[in-house]
Amino acid sequence: MIDKVSQHILEEVADIHETPVGAYNFRVNSESAGRNTTANIDIISKTDKPGIDVKIKPGSVNETVHFNVVLSESGFKENIYNDFYVGEDSDVVIVAGCGIHNCGDQDSEHDGIHRFFIGKNAKMKYIEKHYGEGDGNGKRILNPVTEIYMEEGAVAELEMVQIKGVDSTKRTTLAKLDANAKLVVRERLMTHGTQYALSEYTVEMNGEGSSADVVSRSVAREKSTQDYRSKVIGNAACSGHTECDAIIMDQAHVYATPELDANNIDAQLIHEAAIGKIAGEQLTKLMTLGLTEAEAEEQIINGFLK
Amino acid sequence: MLELKNVSFTVTDENGGLKTIADDISLTVGDNKFVVITGPNGSGKSTLARLIMGIEQPTGGQILFNGRDITHASVTERANAGISFAFQQPVRFKGLNVLDLLRIASGKELTVSEACMYLSSVGLCAKDYINREVNASLSGGELKRIEIAMILARGTLLSIFDEPEAGIDLWSFSNLINVFEDMRKNIHGSILIISHQERILNIADEIIVIDSGHIAKQGPKEDILPGILGTTAAMIMCDGAKGGSGK
Repeated sequence: MIDKVSQHILEEVADIHETPVGAYNFRVNSESAGRNTTANIDIISKTDKPGIDVKIKPGSVNETVHFNVVLSESGFKENIYNDFYVGEDSDVVIVAGCGIHNCGDQDSEHDGIHRFFIGKNAKMKYIEKHYGEGDGNGKRILNPVTEIYMEEGAVAELEMVQIKGVDSTKRTTLAKLDANAKLVVRERLMTHGTQYALSEYTVEMNGEGSSADVVSRSVAREKSTQDYRSKVIGNAACSGHTECDAIIMDQAHVYATPELDANNIDAQLIHEAAIGKIAGEQLTKLMTLGLTEAEAEEQIINGFLK
Repeated sequence: MLELKNVSFTVTDENGGLKTIADDISLTVGDNKFVVITGPNGSGKSTLARLIMGIEQPTGGQILFNGRDITHASVTERANAGISFAFQQPVRFKGLNVLDLLRIASGKELTVSEACMYLSSVGLCAKDYINREVNASLSGGELKRIEIAMILARGTLLSIFDEPEAGIDLWSFSNLINVFEDMRKNIHGSILIISHQERILNIADEIIVIDSGHIAKQGPKEDILPGILGTTAAMIMCDGAKGGSGK
């Protein structure tokens, strides 16, 4: 049974207002709160540790998997292991939402380890949203580990979003690409208060013709700290690009280290990093259109993180 | 409509001395008038436009808009009172697209077809631009036209353009003149343009010549234009298209 608090969090992280179509798995305070499988997608609980195996049959097209985790009781800490097997030639969307509501004084923590095994020529879009709320003193902590193993010709597009309310996050993402595999990552992050966010990517391009494009846009407000590290490794004839673009505000701290590692003469790797405050002329321009300074700032931030 | 009374603007220069950019400027822009402010590079024309918009605050004098004293009003207050401003060098935004900016400019949930109408007016093929991010991928000329489309979307009582011809190619320049002529017909407001361009001066009702922060001449086009043709205040297109001093 999903209560009102959990329902609200589901709306925030997954835009879910009612039972979704397709396969899904909901977990609330470490207990299963709903599951649906389809003809092509099976969800099986692991027996040796908490978590699930999601098996998508080869050739499954236009299928969606939702998996959501809600922690609404203060003091909950859990480690979850979820494995996704995306069959050859399939084309699927996987939506993961994780939200913490912590009104108590104890820390709540969810550490998810998600592994994706993407078969030959399969296509996966993965959307991950993190959200925290609650006015207790207990911290809301999310430490996701994402591992992606891509076979020949596989395509993965990752959208990682954390806009609000998570006190501490250590996000670790590892991807290994075979020939002609293509990885696209779009990360959007906003931190405020005294939050801390570490985002660490390691992308290994091992096959000829593979490509990776890892882009992070973030806004650091108040006294928050962000640490962005991405390492793109070219072990074959491949092309890689990593970019970090951050807006820094108030007394925030942003640390960015894009790193390239080429082990092949035909590896083409590029990195870009930029950190800066909102340009005064941007605020002025929007004020000449009738916005107040605060409204102008919000428009710029919302556009930047869109 | 707009009245400047003895407006001055003095700044401290790098050596700690005082530098006067605008000195005792008095002028009036009447209702539904098309006024062009011209003058040599560095004469203080752009600063004057920025003082009217409130981007700079005058160190002396008074600015009245529709009878209201706006000398110390904020940029937002002036914008909402009915003043628009097209920048000489348009600002880029990562993430905001053309439609977002046109919606903010119009102050309402502009439909896509309404937004397209404004873009078509400035010679942009609307469907190619409506969802484009207003970032470094757009050329200077494209940005400039989008900047003008925003002024059209606002449709305010007073529209100020700071060197609209700067950065615009020859083809666009002819269209720019058409845009101003259409504005005169369609928007029942006043237009104030900072420009060196003879063709823009030619469609003015009144011309104000600024030199070294002072008003050197002021009056109907017929009286002023013959005296300044061939000077740096009124250039032919090929020179003027390179743009102003940016000061």
